Amino acid sequence: MSAPETELQRNHDEAVLELQEVSVLYSGKPAVKKVSCQIYKNKITAIIGPSGCGKSTLLRSLNRMNDFVDGVSIEGRLMFAGQDLYGKDVDPVEVRRHIGMVFQKPNPFPKSIYNNIAWGPSINGYTGSMDELVERSLSQAALWDEVKDRLHDSALNLSGGQQQRLCIARALAMEPQVLLMDEPCSALDPISTAHIEDLMFELKSRYTIVIVTHNMQQAARISDYTAFMEMGHLIEFGETDQIFTRPNVKRTEEYVTGRFG
Amino acid sequence: MAFVSETEIRNLQKRHRKSRLFRRLCAGITWLSIALLAVLLIRIGMDGIGWLDWQFLNSFPSRFPSRAGIKSALVGTLWMSVLVAVISIPIGVSAALYLEEFAGRGRLARFIELNIANLSGVPSIVYGILGLAIFVRFFMLERSLISGALTMSLLILPTIIIASREAIRTVPQSIRYAALSLGATRWQTTWSHVLPASFPGIMTGVILALSRAIGETAPLIMIGALSFVAFLPQGPMDSFTALPIQIYNWVSRPQPEFHELAAAGIIVLLVVLLLMNAAAIYIRNKTERRLK
Ligand SMILES: Nc1ncnc2c1ncn2[C@@H]1O[C@H](COP(=O)(O)OP(=O)(O)OP(=O)(O)O)[C@@H](O)[C@H]1O
Ligand SMILES: [Mg+2]
Repeated sequence: MSAPETELQRNHDEAVLELQEVSVLYSGKPAVKKVSCQIYKNKITAIIGPSGCGKSTLLRSLNRMNDFVDGVSIEGRLMFAGQDLYGKDVDPVEVRRHIGMVFQKPNPFPKSIYNNIAWGPSINGYTGSMDELVERSLSQAALWDEVKDRLHDSALNLSGGQQQRLCIARALAMEPQVLLMDEPCSALDPISTAHIEDLMFELKSRYTIVIVTHNMQQAARISDYTAFMEMGHLIEFGETDQIFTRPNVKRTEEYVTGRFG
Repeated sequence: MAFVSETEIRNLQKRHRKSRLFRRLCAGITWLSIALLAVLLIRIGMDGIGWLDWQFLNSFPSRFPSRAGIKSALVGTLWMSVLVAVISIPIGVSAALYLEEFAGRGRLARFIELNIANLSGVPSIVYGILGLAIFVRFFMLERSLISGALTMSLLILPTIIIASREAIRTVPQSIRYAALSLGATRWQTTWSHVLPASFPGIMTGVILALSRAIGETAPLIMIGALSFVAFLPQGPMDSFTALPIQIYNWVSRPQPEFHELAAAGIIVLLVVLLLMNAAAIYIRNKTERRLK
């Protein structure tokens, strides 16, 4: 693909989430400071940065999972489909229904594989065929072939990589508009990691994905946009090619090339 | 061991010696308490076993030891345990769930927590006085099964709440987050995941608390359970007696036959308790297996 074409295409990318000077504070201490950027539809956005810089905090604020942390408060605006996610009349339960999350450590329910997938849709009033939904979600997460003969076995008997794909399938069963992933591969071996990366490519056409990763190669390989954070600040945000090949900020260059310190 | 120096070896030997000493000490104490228990059980068994027969289980109390039985006391105890379970489990588990899952860590929650911990240490006779004043007198429930059951429920509620909270706390936070991130409410998360996952632990705590309720005598005497009951209670409003009361009554009589009857009663009480504990273990193993 030639450069001008890319530019043209990217300029038409549609923002689903817009962060306007978002700050997140733990008991008054800021962990994310005035971050402004946009998350584009059907793209993968990677958040990178050194440990403790606020990546997970920022990610959790996107689907209001931060609400469960004691003493957390948020400033700024987080627009999703024309609404401030933290607006007064917004129900956080509804937010999480539409913005799904996959955690760093696989956390399947101690139930059967089938029920892991089916529970979310069933409590949210899903009325279609549950069997179909389970099959579709597991297929999307590239897990169907491995588990189709033991759907009613406990999910805890799966390997770590399979469990993580199950968690992805579980999130996908809700058909979220945005999928947030916090270091989803950090507990996995290279083969499972490659599996999940392939998966994200496939899912891109239907979902918008935001992924936190410590793995520079992974960010460069799979993402369309990259956000580089440091000490709570968003240092640079841009297309992944640009961030990795010609960053505008020196810190970014030092970090992505590994000359960090 | 060529790679270890002289002093290190000496140091290591000292540590091993200490460790062995401590292990023997613990084992010794364990065996001592088991031995004491065994002596107690054997004595009771020798005294009481001769009286244990169907006639003993199936007779009402009597002035004549040969005709006396524990039918009304056994039935009273079964009534009590069912009523206490029905009253205290829903309240105790709900309270524990509220405190763990909904209340947050505010001042009020901490205050309640402190009070529950204190209440669990209050002597049972105090609950008896409370039950007498509130249930028997104020609510005019008389000296009935329901008065006794309510009093016993009060007595074991702190234990149930504390044990249930412990069990609820062992449910990994990641499970809650998984459910919440799927757009579940707090209640849906609690009902579908936290409660089932903590169920085995809650059951254990509940049954231990119930066993305590069954063995308690003082509060029942306080609220005036009868000790000579020649009928079976037909409903929660009837007056009643219970195993510990019957045993207490027999022990306090001068004739040695009644003391042997008391021993037989204790055996029955122990069997009931053991059955309950066995049920607890069975339920726990079954549900645990389902979770894994
Ligand atoms: N629950 C919390 N309470 C108080 N402070 C917190 C809490 N969670 C995170 N922090 C602080 O906020 C800052 C950002 O943490 P965060 O977990 O977002 O970092 P991160 O970029 O995800 O790091 P890592 O790459 O190690 O996962 C850190 O300084 C951390 O100590
Ligand atoms: Mg993190």
